[in-house]
Amino acid sequence: MTTHDLEYDNPNAIEAHNMSVYYGSFRAVKDVSLAIEKNRITALIGPSGCGKSTVLRSFNRMNDLVPSARVEGQVLFHGENIYAPGVDPVNVRRRIGMVFQKPNPFPKSIYENVIYGPRINGWKLSRREMDELVERSLRGAALWDEVKDKLNQNGLSLSGGQQQRLCIARALAVEPEVILMDEPCSALDPISTLKIEELMFELRQHYTIIIVTHNMQQASRASDYTAFFLMDSDRTGQLVEYGSTSQIFQNPKDERTEQYISGQFG
Amino acid sequence: MSAQEQISVTSRTSEQARGQDVARLKWRHFKGRILSALGWFSILFGLGMLVVLIFDVINRATGIFSGGTNWLTWDFFNNFDSRFANRAGAKAAIVGTLYTISLTILFSFPLGVAAAIYLEEYARDNWFSRIVEINISNLAAVPSIIYGLLGLQVFARWLFLGRSILTGALTLALLVMPIIIVASRESIRAVPSSLRQASYALGATRWQTVWNVVLPQSIGGILTGSILAVSRAIGETAPLITIGALTFVPFLPRNILDIFTVLPIQIFNWTSRPQDDFRSLAAAGILVLLAILLTINALAIYLRNRYQKRY
Repeated sequence: MTTHDLEYDNPNAIEAHNMSVYYGSFRAVKDVSLAIEKNRITALIGPSGCGKSTVLRSFNRMNDLVPSARVEGQVLFHGENIYAPGVDPVNVRRRIGMVFQKPNPFPKSIYENVIYGPRINGWKLSRREMDELVERSLRGAALWDEVKDKLNQNGLSLSGGQQQRLCIARALAVEPEVILMDEPCSALDPISTLKIEELMFELRQHYTIIIVTHNMQQASRASDYTAFFLMDSDRTGQLVEYGSTSQIFQNPKDERTEQYISGQFG
Repeated sequence: MSAQEQISVTSRTSEQARGQDVARLKWRHFKGRILSALGWFSILFGLGMLVVLIFDVINRATGIFSGGTNWLTWDFFNNFDSRFANRAGAKAAIVGTLYTISLTILFSFPLGVAAAIYLEEYARDNWFSRIVEINISNLAAVPSIIYGLLGLQVFARWLFLGRSILTGALTLALLVMPIIIVASRESIRAVPSSLRQASYALGATRWQTVWNVVLPQSIGGILTGSILAVSRAIGETAPLITIGALTFVPFLPRNILDIFTVLPIQIFNWTSRPQDDFRSLAAAGILVLLAILLTINALAIYLRNRYQKRY
């Protein structure tokens, strides 16, 4: 069987095999193995410091930006280990996009924010193609109707929720396959949060979404799969339980999962 | 906290405690007013001195208030130095200053900013980069005459550049580079890391992130710091005298390897002559030096505003 055939049958977008992450000599995450299904929303939950953000950042090699960080084990994307020698993290990040906790639009116009990714990736686009790409991305992030008349305004002039959707549009513009979201609603009001959650369901048709969240209600209503992380006595994060969201929330197998989702700690 | 204080803290609602609060609030406001008065006085003092100084210099140079001779004439710009005050001008010094400062900017700005970018965005945090860091901060505080000695030995003698404009500009570039590096690093460090991460997450390389995100965000601060550094270089006399810049130059430099003089040296030279008229010439020279300085600062402010408007 060639890689291509494997690819065709593989229902998973990303697979982690025995992944451990170190910061210097500190082991932040230990032996995480999980498979992220394509076109589904997977939530990573757990108390603060349990390593869920670290796991998320390992999926597009954002941890490479921390000088002391090191990853062991494998993270497979299209059947290939993204940590194999010779893999360029720049290319990985283009295909696995990311949205951050705090909205972080560039202090440029809305248009320039969206076109930034295609531009730095050297896509040769005509003016019309760029306009179309910007519109498509902003529509994809459910922001087009609100900003179509002010594309030249600074991205920072938008409200917090709009800024976060601009960041999603910016991520969509480089046409990634997976979108990682690191607590994307934690800085937003409830109405903006709801809009982002609705948007995630829309995006699921075309993208695989992995979201880190502190908010258990959010995980239970807005995800298909849930992974529960917890740190042990060495403060090392571990994957405790992983399954469909309904199973995790209604019928957890692990005692600690049940305690956490019923609000007994965390 | 003592027991008594505990009680006074927990019984805030009593009449007496409220009275204490009001009295204390008055005292707190009073302290605020003292500080603002102190600030006003500081500004007044500084500005007052400056105004007096400038008025005196303007008066000496042009005689505009006391009705004396005007020395800031066309001849002043068009004549070379002379041992007769009424024939002396600052042509060579003005041209020398413009030459020297242009070359200094040309050498120090790109190198300084590049070094700052390397140290902030590329260098790993190891013993080597830490030593470099400490030394750059120290170099910014080294007296300028030391740079003059360095320039004399390295540029004038070893590199056979002599007492030329090039030697002067290279020496001044060394002098201001640490200041440019320190200011640029501060400015680069102030760029939020969330913006860098946003750029990397879209598939940008390190250089693309620096060029498209970090530099546009920090260029205002980099320009301001660099201009302050260059302003310092314009007024420098000691290192240029050390490398052997002349005080009496009755011709224009033909190229950058020619001998030269600059305005501060010319001013210094005139003030040390016995005749009073030369002191008025020196005042005229000071005004020209100030004008050049203000022009460069204005240019910096213009550039900064222009770059910031892009967003």
